[in-house]
Amino acid sequence: MNRILHNSRVQACVAAVLCALAAALFGVVLGTGRSVSAAAGASEAQDYASPLEILLSPDGARLYVLCQRSGDVRVLDAASYATVANIPVGREPRGMALSHNGDRLFVTNTWDDTLSVIDTRALAVTATWGVGAEPSGVVEDPAGKYVFVANRISSDIAVLDAQTGEEQKRLLAGRGASYLTLSPDGKRIYATHIYPNPVSPNAEPVNRTVPESEISVIDAERAEVVDRIPLHAIAGVFHVAVSADGRLGAVAEYHPKNLVPLAHLEHGGAFAYTLTLFGADVGKPVEIPLDELDRYASQPFGVAFAPDKSRLYVTLGGSESVLAIDVARLLRFIHAHPRPASGSFAQDLSASGNYVTARIPVGLNPRGLALSGDGRRLFVANRLDDSISVIDTGSLRVASTIALAGPKTISELRRGEQTFYTAHYSFQGQIGCSSCHIDSTFDGLTWDLEPDGFGRDIVDNKMLEDVKDLAPYKWNGGNPNLPTECGPRTEKYFWRSENYDNLRLADLVLYIRSLPARPNRERQPGGELTAAQERGQVIFERDVDKFGKPIPLENRCSYCHSGPKGTDRKIFDVGTHKATDTGGVFKTPQLTNIALTAPYLHDGSARTLEEIWTIYNPDDKHGRTNDLTKDELNDLIEYLRTR
Amino acid sequence: MKKFAERRWCALALLTALLVAAAPWGWAQTGAAKSEVKSDDQSTSAVPQMPHFRFENFTTANGLPDNHVYSVLVDGDRIWAGTNNGLGLYENGKWKTFNKQDGLAHQAVLSLALDKRTGDVWAGTMGGLSRISGGRIVSYTQLNSGLSNDVVYGVSVEGENVWVATASGACRLNLRDGQWSLYNERNTPMREIWAYGVSAAADKVYFAIWGAGLLEYNQKTGVWDKYEDPDDETEIVLFKDQGLVHDIVSSVSYVDSIAWVSTYFGDSRYDGRYWHNFMTKDSGLPSNFTNFVKGMDAHRAWFCTDKGLAYYDGTNWAVYTRSLTTHKPVMTVRDAKGKVTDIPVSTGPAHNYMLGIDFQGGDIWVATAEGLSHGILQR
Repeated sequence: MNRILHNSRVQACVAAVLCALAAALFGVVLGTGRSVSAAAGASEAQDYASPLEILLSPDGARLYVLCQRSGDVRVLDAASYATVANIPVGREPRGMALSHNGDRLFVTNTWDDTLSVIDTRALAVTATWGVGAEPSGVVEDPAGKYVFVANRISSDIAVLDAQTGEEQKRLLAGRGASYLTLSPDGKRIYATHIYPNPVSPNAEPVNRTVPESEISVIDAERAEVVDRIPLHAIAGVFHVAVSADGRLGAVAEYHPKNLVPLAHLEHGGAFAYTLTLFGADVGKPVEIPLDELDRYASQPFGVAFAPDKSRLYVTLGGSESVLAIDVARLLRFIHAHPRPASGSFAQDLSASGNYVTARIPVGLNPRGLALSGDGRRLFVANRLDDSISVIDTGSLRVASTIALAGPKTISELRRGEQTFYTAHYSFQGQIGCSSCHIDSTFDGLTWDLEPDGFGRDIVDNKMLEDVKDLAPYKWNGGNPNLPTECGPRTEKYFWRSENYDNLRLADLVLYIRSLPARPNRERQPGGELTAAQERGQVIFERDVDKFGKPIPLENRCSYCHSGPKGTDRKIFDVGTHKATDTGGVFKTPQLTNIALTAPYLHDGSARTLEEIWTIYNPDDKHGRTNDLTKDELNDLIEYLRTR
Repeated sequence: MKKFAERRWCALALLTALLVAAAPWGWAQTGAAKSEVKSDDQSTSAVPQMPHFRFENFTTANGLPDNHVYSVLVDGDRIWAGTNNGLGLYENGKWKTFNKQDGLAHQAVLSLALDKRTGDVWAGTMGGLSRISGGRIVSYTQLNSGLSNDVVYGVSVEGENVWVATASGACRLNLRDGQWSLYNERNTPMREIWAYGVSAAADKVYFAIWGAGLLEYNQKTGVWDKYEDPDDETEIVLFKDQGLVHDIVSSVSYVDSIAWVSTYFGDSRYDGRYWHNFMTKDSGLPSNFTNFVKGMDAHRAWFCTDKGLAYYDGTNWAVYTRSLTTHKPVMTVRDAKGKVTDIPVSTGPAHNYMLGIDFQGGDIWVATAEGLSHGILQR
């Protein structure tokens, strides 16, 4: 019965998607609201705008829309929604924040490792500052002394001089530091992270450990991390918001169930999508679910409190909707029910009925959101259909939709990306490709995928970058090509629901094949290697060991990890088989950006690159390495980090 | 080489002895230095004014994780104690203990350093290097990182670099790019690789090498240099102030362009050109066996010996210890002419075997073999 209901819902959702696409094509706006276009006066973008974040100016007169794919900030009149300016920034911008007095707009550029500083009067970039690896979230402290930037790859928070951009220091963040929010009193900065923290060296077994993340709490004046709010069993964490009275904070997050077979999706076996609430209103942090009994709130991303704290709004990137939560009812639920010892209500799928008051359909892959000063309008950035939904918070309906300038047609590639991010195809709309491949990368987790018993055949989640022409796929090489990997396998084991039609599958594969490798931060400008990297390359390519003994072909690093992507795509036994593995041979993984993808080995048992050889290569089957000194092994790893 | 191997065993034996903690005060029973002049009956008007402390001692009885305290670090109002059984944090009048289950690399914490820019604390342990940041502990070991060895005797933070002294040479972790650089006999003049201590500043980094003197790294030129006992491996000094007093260097403290160096056979001060050595026979040191030295500036330093704590103000000496026979607290002051005066005191440090010291305003915190001592400045 549920399946039937679900199918009808899926059909409805697909219809809605098609309607949305039609709307995008013809400039028609869904709903009962007025039709508005922000294209007038704007130059034709070269790519889809892909709005990711949205801000209102302090006086409420302007909307700043960060467009990820077109690489610009669209400035709109907040009343007419007409375009005021397009300000080009760097490649793949991700984060945006206004300075303390609103005279500057900071934008992080993830592929350039820079911060664009925009003069909000001149509406032009006045400076570009270098920051850390893959800068994401950004805030300025209320005194205008520091700018804080969350660096996703280096997992730290850079503290910049707010006037010169000179980096003062970096603070240790969690893994994948991505989003920052300043508390209303300006004293604290909260940081969230899209990957779980590395497993402690003292935790065993490494690949069967519940993920742990955190909210890093920074003293804005001292620019020091003063606390870390633990997020137990949480992996991806996104926006963080704090109510105007400073008494309640909320983060949007994924609660993965990676230690039980994903094939049990119909038993709620993949994710709970939740919020963790913190602050004086709740006492100890508490996790509350967003999912319903038969409908998931897939991939929550943005959170925003109404100015009077009456409501909390959450965008659902995979469910194409926005949740409206009644904060008073939410707090009543929390205080009326015995708090589980874990501090989590995530397993109670009936809970959300107590506080979720509306689920408002919006565009595809809604992400950032912003409320008008009076709280009457909620703006939502629909990343994958290049629009802004304007929700009337009185009626909780979309009053109008702002279409951003961009290509007039939806390409196969774009459709593939839309398919990648939606949860429509999975049972009860639970997961999409992007639930595990966050932002088309990975999630830093190991998963129990196959229905072959709990704890068997654990696999590390691979990163998707530059995966085209790497067939076969899967760790055991069991899937001959991407259509098989993304089609029947995904549909059978993951979605447990309906199949893609051939065209949609083809589009999805096209998108996945298009995913490029991010810039490698370990390589020097110009591509030359450091002395340590050069020494490591010699070790990587050597054919005799330190004792002059020839190394057999299959024991040379460069034999299996050959070619530009570092794989010969063949199957080998490198001595990493575990008692929990069904088979003992694995496909040679590619080395593309290998430094970013911990944990390692097929089952994620190696926490770091070092552990591949210090722990898991006792018999030299995974390359001849046991003749190396520690500094030589370090050199080898320095070289691998350049791949 | 064999000789150095023997020395390693010798030091290991000392460490083991510390771990088993011989009978309280037993350390002070051997080879005690005798003061030159008893001054109980003399006027104190001519006695140099040296800091006078009231000591409050912490042990397991009042919350310290373990009585064997290897290291101590002051961070404002917070006191970190590296003990044989966990890292203690004293804050708001209470002790909190971090241990392996909290992510600490090993329960025995040998050394501590503060990153003043970020407030992070770095702990060198018997099982790796740990970073304590906002309550979270990240640990680096020789298996999971580029750290050269899990036995981390010393750690020092300067700018973006964490410098580490280990049982297999020196390391540098660059916090910005995560790269480890290892320094040992293959790429430095490090004759032995048993690095016992490190002190880093913007211009130079000094390593105390147990058995091979003092190693200097010039941060600007990238050039290494070494300083060894000019009398070679002897335990005598043929010419005073000719060079480093001995090759068995236990710690180094580089401050105001001065390297204060402790050895098991006296201590040295090096200003980049000249050496000045301190031994019991010509200074106020209570013992030539010094575990740890910490300079306050170019002229003042504290020496943690096996027979008490010594303070040198550039001219005069003060020693804070306990009587070898009665265990009663003792303070003596030695002036520039060598006159020693007993200063009446009612409190003393927890134990004469000192292993570390740090400063909190005018107060001192001292790591000893039988507790942590807080010297509260009286005048």
